[in-house]
Amino acid sequence: MTEHHATEKREKSRFGLILHLHPRKVKASTLRFTLTFGLGGMAALLVVIQVVTGLLLKFHYEPSPENAYNSILNLQESLLFGKMLRNIHHWSAIAFVWVAFLHMLRTAFTGAYRPPRDGTWITGLALMLLVVLSNFTGYLLPWDQLSYWAVTVGTSLLSYIPLAGEPIRRALLGGAEVGQPTLTNFFNLHTGVIPLMIIALMAWHFWRIRRAGGVIVADRDKESPMADTKPYLVNREFVVAITLLAAIFIISSLLDAPLRERANPAFSPNPAKAPWYFMGLQELLIHFHPLFAVFILPVTALVAAVWMPYIKSTDRNQGVWFLSPAGIRSARMAAATGMIMAIIFITMSEILPDPEVLLPEVTPLLTTGLVPFILAAGTVWLLLKYLRRRYSLKRSEMIQSIVVLMVVSYAVLTVTGIFFRGGGMNLVWPWNV
Amino acid sequence: MSGRIKDTGSEHRKGRRNFTRRLWKILGIVALAEFLWFILSLLKPSKETHKSRPADTIRVIGSVEEFPAGSVTPDRVNRLYIVREKDGAFLALSLTCPHLGCSVLWNAETQQFDCPCHSSAFDHRGIVLSSPAPRPLDYLPVIIEEGKVKVDLGSMTKRKRFESNQLTYAL
Repeated sequence: MTEHHATEKREKSRFGLILHLHPRKVKASTLRFTLTFGLGGMAALLVVIQVVTGLLLKFHYEPSPENAYNSILNLQESLLFGKMLRNIHHWSAIAFVWVAFLHMLRTAFTGAYRPPRDGTWITGLALMLLVVLSNFTGYLLPWDQLSYWAVTVGTSLLSYIPLAGEPIRRALLGGAEVGQPTLTNFFNLHTGVIPLMIIALMAWHFWRIRRAGGVIVADRDKESPMADTKPYLVNREFVVAITLLAAIFIISSLLDAPLRERANPAFSPNPAKAPWYFMGLQELLIHFHPLFAVFILPVTALVAAVWMPYIKSTDRNQGVWFLSPAGIRSARMAAATGMIMAIIFITMSEILPDPEVLLPEVTPLLTTGLVPFILAAGTVWLLLKYLRRRYSLKRSEMIQSIVVLMVVSYAVLTVTGIFFRGGGMNLVWPWNV
Repeated sequence: MSGRIKDTGSEHRKGRRNFTRRLWKILGIVALAEFLWFILSLLKPSKETHKSRPADTIRVIGSVEEFPAGSVTPDRVNRLYIVREKDGAFLALSLTCPHLGCSVLWNAETQQFDCPCHSSAFDHRGIVLSSPAPRPLDYLPVIIEEGKVKVDLGSMTKRKRFESNQLTYAL
């Protein structure tokens, strides 16, 4: 009897730790996998994987241009599971960008960004930025041709931000070009500053979720019964976690993280590409004036995202992916238009002569900046007007269609940049890249 | 007790308390500013050890006759190209694309510099032939002394267009 009592107590205290994260009971309806796809939990697990593998990698990595590359070679070739360790860190990093982004989309679709969840949404946006920054700073560390030039291109993007851009770039690089001070800065950011910020913000993010009463609940499920966190939620989380872990292990044992020749500042590889999550930006840069591509468009997107929770709306779209069948059709239409528009835009600017050669006396700020920007914005505006009239959309559905349009067209740019740009960044078929 | 404090000379005390409170606030702001200034100065570019002094920036690239008229010669160590015009004039161009910092490559067939990153192209004087490069390749004035071609790496110059004073003639 007493023994039984003791085990029960131990069980309880073990469970107690979980209660720091979860309430004792949750709404049964929120357990449905297709409501959240377990993406937030996956992101949290990926943080743990990255911290553990990162700390292990730190035992073998040497942050200096002379030795960084060799220390990676050494890790891969002479250390038991060294290559596996690096592969796990690499593929988890990529998975992290995907998972965080999909998690954000899920939140946007299910209306979980509105107050009182605005704080969760905004800390989430900050976390998304930190995840990308973390990826980017880690990209330089192997000091191979891929990382050197990706970081050169990536940081040069900054110099087009008016006024503040060049000082920021120089502070980040610690000089005029990528070198030892850059590696020192990036190493410290990647292994110290950014992880600490992510962990701190994660705590805040989680606390905001708890304060808002957990996962978003749809109106129709408000009356749904409560379920015990253990076992119902915990077991589901466990399944998602081991599935993700297994997937990462399988991928990491089949595919090696890329490592090219040692960095050579005199030769850019042809083509030289930014890290994949910046390829949409780099593709945009081929078509747009840099001021628009790296400043006005991204800042507009960021401001819109921060502003999103505060757009007045009385729609009850919380906890449902789509408010009405018309909303689904509108989102489909927006996706198709975004895709077609982006493809037309890319091919047009490939076929048409260069505006700078055609009209050399007009400033490029106008010909490759303002004019295409107004054309694109105008098309989007007309489309949205049409969608609203045709489907008589509610406001939240309008926002949803805009998000779909933006995400799909940016995805097309990214895919084009990664798979359809060959030597000299010319358009080619993927099998010729 | 506390009642007495409130009563006697309360105006006087309140004023003093407000003053100290404001003083704390100001001190706090000063401390924060100092802290930020400290952080920013830590992040300032160039941990100076890697910077060379101005006097060290002159480089001898080679002798005049090593560069035939109408040629483009890369100098990968100093990250520049030595261009010699058909009439014998010298021009040194930066290897770095002004668009996003990739290294441009000389294509002898088409007689132009190509950027591998975003397909900008420049003619042999570094003038933009196709965008997205926002300006010509930066140039360095060439110095010719005693039959040697020299450049001052500290004198990298941005420019809007080609002008003949960017060229240097061997005497």
